[in-house]
Amino acid sequence: MKRGVLIILIPMLFACSEDESPDTQNDNFDRQSMLVNWADNIIIPSYKAYENSLIALQSAKNEFIANPNISSFSELRIKWEEAYLNWQKVSMFQIGMAEQITLRDFTNIYPCDKEEIEMAIVSGNYNLELPSSRDMQGFPALDYLLYGMAESENELLQKLSQTAYSNYLSELVERLLFLSQSVIDNWEGDYHDQFVENLGSDAGSSVNKMVNDYMFYYEKVLRAGKIGIPAGVFSSTSRSDLVEAPYRGDLSKALCLSALNASINFFHGRHYNSNEEGESLKSYLDYLSTVSETQSLSLSIANQFDLSKEKIEGLNADFALQIQTDNAAMLEAYDELQNNVVLMKVDMFQAMNIRVDYVDADGD
Amino acid sequence: MREGIKSYLQSTHKAAPLAAFRILFGLLMFVSLIRFALNGWIEKLYIEPKFFFHYYGFEFVKPLGNYTYLLFFICAIASIAVALGYKYRWSISIFFLSFTYIELMDLTSYLNHYYFISIVSFVMIFLPANAYFSYDALKNSRLAFEHIPKWSIDIIKLLLSIVYFYAGLAKLNSDWIIDAMPLSIWLPSAYDLPLLGEMLQKKWLIYVFSWSGALYDLSIPFLLFYKKTRWMAFMLVLVFHLLTGALFPIGMFPYIMIAASTIFFEPKWHQKAINYLAGILKISLGKFDNALKKIESFSLVSRLKLAFLGLFLLFQLLFPFRYLAYPGELFWTEEGYRFSWRVMLMEKAAYAQFKIVEPHSGNEFYIDNSEFLSSFQEKQMSGQADMILQYAHFLKMHYEKEGMQNVEVYADVFVALNGRKSKRYISPEIDLSKINDSFAHKNWILKFEDEISGF
Repeated sequence: MKRGVLIILIPMLFACSEDESPDTQNDNFDRQSMLVNWADNIIIPSYKAYENSLIALQSAKNEFIANPNISSFSELRIKWEEAYLNWQKVSMFQIGMAEQITLRDFTNIYPCDKEEIEMAIVSGNYNLELPSSRDMQGFPALDYLLYGMAESENELLQKLSQTAYSNYLSELVERLLFLSQSVIDNWEGDYHDQFVENLGSDAGSSVNKMVNDYMFYYEKVLRAGKIGIPAGVFSSTSRSDLVEAPYRGDLSKALCLSALNASINFFHGRHYNSNEEGESLKSYLDYLSTVSETQSLSLSIANQFDLSKEKIEGLNADFALQIQTDNAAMLEAYDELQNNVVLMKVDMFQAMNIRVDYVDADGD
Repeated sequence: MREGIKSYLQSTHKAAPLAAFRILFGLLMFVSLIRFALNGWIEKLYIEPKFFFHYYGFEFVKPLGNYTYLLFFICAIASIAVALGYKYRWSISIFFLSFTYIELMDLTSYLNHYYFISIVSFVMIFLPANAYFSYDALKNSRLAFEHIPKWSIDIIKLLLSIVYFYAGLAKLNSDWIIDAMPLSIWLPSAYDLPLLGEMLQKKWLIYVFSWSGALYDLSIPFLLFYKKTRWMAFMLVLVFHLLTGALFPIGMFPYIMIAASTIFFEPKWHQKAINYLAGILKISLGKFDNALKKIESFSLVSRLKLAFLGLFLLFQLLFPFRYLAYPGELFWTEEGYRFSWRVMLMEKAAYAQFKIVEPHSGNEFYIDNSEFLSSFQEKQMSGQADMILQYAHFLKMHYEKEGMQNVEVYADVFVALNGRKSKRYISPEIDLSKINDSFAHKNWILKFEDEISGF
């Protein structure tokens, strides 16, 4: 109704403003092509790569169960690592089906609850679909099975080849694959068009939602989850037990960098596994700065990303060790990540007029 | 002069415009409350959060848990009773109290137009809005008057004029006029509107919107007041509010302002509308069209009422200028910003990180705000100093209850205003838990280091 009125009114507005100076700006930023770039060149290819690495994990798991030995066990571990690294590239896309099924919560809640896991395996009585079982599954639970439930590699192999344990292992892998496939099916079904056609600027529009999700991921999952919480930023003492993949140990930095790189690539609109760039948050910011004449915010954000990356690259491969030996370096990395929260959540959100929530407001 | 005032106060006017206003007001309030409930906002804004921000001096007004629904229910029933003119004095009083209580429950959702509704409903308590076409007057012919004191209609016009004119004055600042801010941020993001969307990317059109918006607010009370320009003015009211309603998430506000501005019409229009309505409802207007004039008696009660309303209006005229008593940039400190008809003036984005320190143990850690605040509360708090302070005090209390001692609270806050780069907002070295809120200037707010000139 409101929009109908607008259509009638527009000629009136123009009629009385024809004598204004001619504008120089004709290149309208195409938000839809940004959404298309996100979906076709980043989100869907990332999910597919993730799915493929889970399929590889699935066959390694099957091979291990059929022939449990040192070589099939180490192959299983390698495939777990590859899938875990690929997971970091899709974790931020908690939108559409992934949001509905709370993919991230079922895939990577850490630390896992090892007592619950042991109890579940022994009793055979569990339901991985329940929200209460989130900390008994996904990559953290696999981390425990593959690295944590016994001291030596031989003991681990022995334990894992018992039927009760291998059944549980199998269910964890199958569930990860099942969840990822339901997300991909949804993107390949009607969600793709829904996503790229949901234009507009209200809280439910795709750009608004994606930017909010991206920010949430960066702030809570990456900055806090991977660095801040274990480094003790939010508690009185540091908590090296809260790093990602604690049983494996030397993977936490690689996981964090995989996640950070994915965030950086998304910001730049880089196609999956390529240096080609499409419409992105960066190019959107550059467009907006020509409208509102703000300084080059996109450059500040990109530089801040580089600084954060440098700091994290300098850390120990095992964040737990880093925290125990020199937590100051960890806190420095946190501060660099934090600086970009301000640049993005304050300056970028303002420039893009991102709405945090759907409530009336007459301009604060 | 004195005689002039007296004869003005004793002059009368057809009662129909005020009756029509009462009906429209009651119905719109009812629709607003239903809309609020259907959007799930009672739950989201008043039940779910763990902490609520208070208005200075109204610390005791808090949501009532599940009884909050009852409060909204009472308010909605009262609004219908107002529309019907059923036990009017009671129903408008109950409406005013329940609506104002709702607004005071959480500072987070402060809106100028909620404040407007509160003051209009407060003034309506003193007006004979049930003298015509009301249940009260139908049942009790002693209450029925065809004419009522003219001032009781003029006072609504004046309240409405203050809103517009002050909102217009507030737009006469360099951000709005020279930089076309914040519309340069807001309008381009409405790119998906049919036809207009693409045009909203053009700088010149954003200036047209800014300037005509200011001009509209400043002139519309006068254009509505003079008979010759009234129809054109009402067309402008329609265009302006429907356009802003389509562009911004401002809910019921456009409809309330459109409805309210009909009070400026000649009484024959209200009469026609009421005749039509009476026809549908099969109510004879005979009881109301009694040619009786309710004339201000100047009894003691009447004098007290008039004096009180006079003071109230004076207060309304002066209160928005209290910002002049504070140093610093108003948009930055927001000291004296609320209750001043500063509508749609700022785009403020902010981020606040709180640090808890326990000095004797050396314990310190940062706060995840989402543990205590909704995302809406966090957004609103982050850029407003008084809310930052309230939250800091809450955090101190919370952690001392958990066993920590002499907790100190620090905040690192960044604010970006009207397209400027974000900068630090308050001193991160100040223990906020030691500062008490007051009307005094908050000297721990850092300097704006830029200038916005104008009103």
